[in-house]
Amino acid sequence: MTGSPVELTVEAVRYEIDGQPLLRGVDLTARPGETVAVVGPNGSGKTTLLRCVYGTLRPTAGRVLLDGRDAGLLSVKERARKVAAVPQDGSGVPGLTVREVVAMGRSPHKRFWEQDGPGDALHVDRALETVGATAFAERRFEELSGGERQRALVARALVQGTGLLALDEPTNHLDIRYQLEVLDLVRGLPTTSLLVLHDLNLAASFCDRLYVLAAGRVVAAGPPGEVLTEDLLAEVYGVRTRIGIHPTTAAPNVVYLPPEPPTARLRHAAGGTAAP
Amino acid sequence: MKRGRTATVLLLLAAALAASAVAGLALGPVRIAPGRVLDLLLAGPGARGGAFASIVWDVRMPRVLLGAVVGAGLAVTGTVLQALVRNQLADPFLLGASSGASAGAVLVIVFGTAAGAGAVGALGGAGVPLAAFAGSMAALVTVYALARRGATMTTGRLILAGVAVQYVLSALTSLVLVLSASPDQMRSVLFWTLGGLGGARWSELALPAAALFVGTGVLVTLARPLDLLLAGEEGAHTLGLDTGRFRAAAFVLTSLVIGVLVASSGAIGFVGLMVPHAARMVVGAGHRALLPVAALGGAVFLTLADLLARTAAAPEEIPVGVVTALVGGPFFLWMLRRSGRGEGVTG
Repeated sequence: MTGSPVELTVEAVRYEIDGQPLLRGVDLTARPGETVAVVGPNGSGKTTLLRCVYGTLRPTAGRVLLDGRDAGLLSVKERARKVAAVPQDGSGVPGLTVREVVAMGRSPHKRFWEQDGPGDALHVDRALETVGATAFAERRFEELSGGERQRALVARALVQGTGLLALDEPTNHLDIRYQLEVLDLVRGLPTTSLLVLHDLNLAASFCDRLYVLAAGRVVAAGPPGEVLTEDLLAEVYGVRTRIGIHPTTAAPNVVYLPPEPPTARLRHAAGGTAAP
Repeated sequence: MKRGRTATVLLLLAAALAASAVAGLALGPVRIAPGRVLDLLLAGPGARGGAFASIVWDVRMPRVLLGAVVGAGLAVTGTVLQALVRNQLADPFLLGASSGASAGAVLVIVFGTAAGAGAVGALGGAGVPLAAFAGSMAALVTVYALARRGATMTTGRLILAGVAVQYVLSALTSLVLVLSASPDQMRSVLFWTLGGLGGARWSELALPAAALFVGTGVLVTLARPLDLLLAGEEGAHTLGLDTGRFRAAAFVLTSLVIGVLVASSGAIGFVGLMVPHAARMVVGAGHRALLPVAALGGAVFLTLADLLARTAAAPEEIPVGVVTALVGGPFFLWMLRRSGRGEGVTG
């Protein structure tokens, strides 16, 4: 169903809007078949980076390479055959059934006047089954719960048959069961996957490697166990944490501590300024 | 299952169109029994059946055909515009395209005849439709540019921009009227602004009919990219649609069809708003089924509206644009109210 996994290389990508840099030279690689997460605080450039990868934004400088070839040289359609995306707050289509929404994923392989054939229907059936959406395939998209919608949009991305999936916060608005289901599904796919995630614990247990973004730069990259440290999270997010290896999952487990008590903070502030 | 449903709907609409066409041929100042109408139809246009044959074939037939063609065209262009701006309150009239087309047509009628055998005269019969096309295109592009801020376009901005452009264009039309008011031109300008099918002649039917068949034919092939636009700018792009290029091409094509339609029937409002909405409720938002259903639905609707316009206040004739506005205005308000409750409009 999916294409052979793609190697993604992001080379010194900068993105500026009105002279304001959102990405300041990002390097990133995802080897074929890897599941890679981009994490970081709000406004660090995660979504911008993902858009540069799936092509709705064109980097101001730097390149995005797919299997070593410059993605900027591809047409919109050619690119959609290489990279499938599940954008944030995903592109709902009221009035269409789930099956129709999923079938839209065949478009990059079609002339615009061409109708879907039996081969396309087969792709759609298999994708619906993979994400467990067969039961609600004939329902209208707007009638679905958040988790069902997300699964339908993942199915649409699968039907594109690409070697790279880019997902922007695929667990947003989902309750914990569907968060786990969606991530488990993505990790199990043979494709290369690049995800933006907020939840560090989920990123640590489902992804091969993490990139930590802050103010448009990569400040740390590597396997979760090496990247997630108490010092880094204090620096990047400004939060206090305790990180251990969880005995059951063997993945790093981040425990968030409440902010320092007010008295401690006051003392801290007093010490830091020219207080009397 | 879905395909069968669409086919059933299309069959029913075709039957309804045939029935309303026969009604349109039978009713009027002279009533002709439906059986007699059918006889005359079967006898063909060459039939010399006296006054009745002439009424059916020469007077009423072109008008019924023009109504069907224009209704279908308005409904299809309305459907396409709604997808292009991603707003179900869009319609050729509300987006200023029809007013732009009338303004263009009026300018050519007034100054074209004033200039005698000028440049416009050289264009022959194509002068008015061409001016209408240019006017509708200029209005659409202006409204779209005004309503769009960055990547977002709210219903409020879209409607305000549409209303503003309509005001400017109708002021322009009035100005032309005041500056060059010959009674003859007055009458034809009134026709453009209110919309009517009274001018239907066999000789004038060819152009709108051809424009509609070609235009609708092409627009129906755009079902896939139009569906993709429903997924939003970002969604459509990641599914391989070059949204900027497609939207520009579709705007040009739609303006062309609207220009021809308005040149033949004036600015008839609300058909392009109501019919697509009703069609969507029956067959869903997928354009492969929606476009043909809207086309047939629009044909039926305008045929019946024109019948009402001709017969309701006989012997006076109400411009059909007044009839559609009387039905469509309240419908628009109802939709606006629904959209205020946060549903159904941004689709």
